[in-house]
Amino acid sequence: MSILIDNNSKVICQGLTGAQGTFHTEQALAGGTQMVAGVVPGKGGQTHLGLPVFNTVNEAVVATGATVSVLYVPAAFCKDSILEAANAGIELIVCITEGIPILDMLYVKEKCDQLKVCLIGPNCPGIITPGQCKIGIMPAAIHMPGKVGVVSRSGTLTYEAVKQTSDYGFGQSTCVGIGGDPISGSHFIDILALFEADPQTEAIVMIGEIGGSAEEEAAAYINDHVSKPVVSYIAGVTAPTGKRMGHAGAIIAGGKGTAEDKFAALEAAGVKTVRSLAGIGEAIAEVTGWS
Amino acid sequence: MNLHEYQSKQLLAEYGLPVSHGQAVDTVRKAVAAAGEIGGDKWVVKAQVHAGGRGKAGGVRVVESKEEIECFARKWLGQAMVTYQTDAKGQPVNRILVEPCTDIDSEYYLGAVIDRATRRIVFMASTEGGVEIEKVASETPEKILKTSIDPLIGPQPYQARDMAFKLGFEGKLVLQFVQIFMGLAKLFEACDLTLLEINPLVMTPKGKLQCLDAKITVDDNALFRQPKLKEWHDPTQDDEREAHAEKWDLNYVALEGNIGCLVNGAGLAMGTMDIIKLHGGDPANFLDVGGGATKERVSEAFKIILCDDSVKVVLVNIFGGIVRCDLIAQGVIDAVEEVGVDVPVVVRLEGTNAQQGREILASKGCMNLIAVGSLSESAQRAVAEAEART
Repeated sequence: MSILIDNNSKVICQGLTGAQGTFHTEQALAGGTQMVAGVVPGKGGQTHLGLPVFNTVNEAVVATGATVSVLYVPAAFCKDSILEAANAGIELIVCITEGIPILDMLYVKEKCDQLKVCLIGPNCPGIITPGQCKIGIMPAAIHMPGKVGVVSRSGTLTYEAVKQTSDYGFGQSTCVGIGGDPISGSHFIDILALFEADPQTEAIVMIGEIGGSAEEEAAAYINDHVSKPVVSYIAGVTAPTGKRMGHAGAIIAGGKGTAEDKFAALEAAGVKTVRSLAGIGEAIAEVTGWS
Repeated sequence: MNLHEYQSKQLLAEYGLPVSHGQAVDTVRKAVAAAGEIGGDKWVVKAQVHAGGRGKAGGVRVVESKEEIECFARKWLGQAMVTYQTDAKGQPVNRILVEPCTDIDSEYYLGAVIDRATRRIVFMASTEGGVEIEKVASETPEKILKTSIDPLIGPQPYQARDMAFKLGFEGKLVLQFVQIFMGLAKLFEACDLTLLEINPLVMTPKGKLQCLDAKITVDDNALFRQPKLKEWHDPTQDDEREAHAEKWDLNYVALEGNIGCLVNGAGLAMGTMDIIKLHGGDPANFLDVGGGATKERVSEAFKIILCDDSVKVVLVNIFGGIVRCDLIAQGVIDAVEEVGVDVPVVVRLEGTNAQQGREILASKGCMNLIAVGSLSESAQRAVAEAEART
């Protein structure tokens, strides 16, 4: 078991023939992911990387039975592409692209909720179930199949956490990058619920950062609904107030959403927090008793 | 991207919203001339900077003579204004807005932002308009009225009416408020805003609502489809080094410490700053080279970091996903040679091709380059090097 994706997931790639789509689909195929088709308007009928290319998501879904789509599409076209996938019967959409206008995401998120489509991202590294299915831009080599579920708002911070769980020999069930944008498709709570229900996942690592209140909401959820041990790190203790830190989301609004607020909320919910990014692996060993 | 008040008011006017018709001028002579053209015997002069708190800093004045206007313009044009929302250097004043003076009966607050928690555009209004609105929000949140816009059906007049009645408006004022609300909502979406604030919205003794001040922030990600607003960008209001970094797609924020940081990914960059602090050091900056870090950008990043004289050591922390560590290693070596880096550079490479990267660094045997294995070690080493040099 794992969450969201496994070796049975049939995946299409929107924007397959572009540089990013090509590079990361090659990597996905090399890792055993069941990539079944690409969608590029105007290039239907062609073959790319040995995969059939379709003009529309609908055609690709009908022909292949795909339920997952990954988007390597420029930011200006993501709204259109996500809505196309959501309306074509795709159940899980992974959007890697950064720089999508925030209003586009308001409409997209609302529509995906209405259609009960799970959207991961945007501005995220993607999802990986090690050894089975890799959808996104994360380096496969640092992962290993195992029992820790990882969920994070930041790409490179996810890699740090993953590497430590691999170095300690725990491995990962599934790693989900939910993205750092102010409006994202999925939230900590959505992913925590899936990890709690997944028998393969025995412990959870949650990586947050300053800005917004998603970590505080997650803390309340963990308190009420999560029985598995959770280790959490929040980036941005030293970030100056009011300064923008790259992710549009990393803004401290009105004194709320500071790293200290988030640490406090998580600790009150029984989460093991770590102040040093380098201490994640050790903290998991401590809360689980694993050696 | 922030707009100046005079730009925001131009936008409001284009959407049929009630604003004073003033003139934004950049010389003393034009300021005096503007008052003449506007007419009347009482004006408001307002220094144009991207920051709130102008009133308390003396950047907004009611004046009754052209001499006073001249005096105000001489005082501010070309000067920097420091308010509680700026840094210690302040923001340069290059323009002054001259407006006819509006008589005020009562002041209100009306604003709209994108609320992350509810994923909606939320409108907020209050009878407690003016400068203390943040205090009102934190101390008496019940005095802030809120209504959120459904993304799929858009703003509805009933939402505005509800707000208008709760604000205590009657008769024609309700209709005026509804028109302002609907106009602002239309503007918010059409112009890809992330913040729109009318503070204060005033009622004149004649019973007319007017937008007396306006603050607008445009979504940077949407500038590609807002060509006019993109043109309105005023680079003089940006931090010079941050603006230079942005040209290279580098995300840079200057801080107070002495350990320069060069990291890929915003989250990891913050994490690196935190771990430096945890080991007793002080980061000199936040710098995210992004996912597509190239040799050129690494080199440019070094130049930007080293512009800051207080930097005693540079910590490079790269976790390669798309970025290949061997390329970064070469970029670091090139930069150190090209830029003439004379402070120690602690380098930690992890992820894609990390081993090759480390070998490239080792083979160089460069005095200033210190390759370290782990994250903790890299922070400890950087802190030690910085301490040794202060």
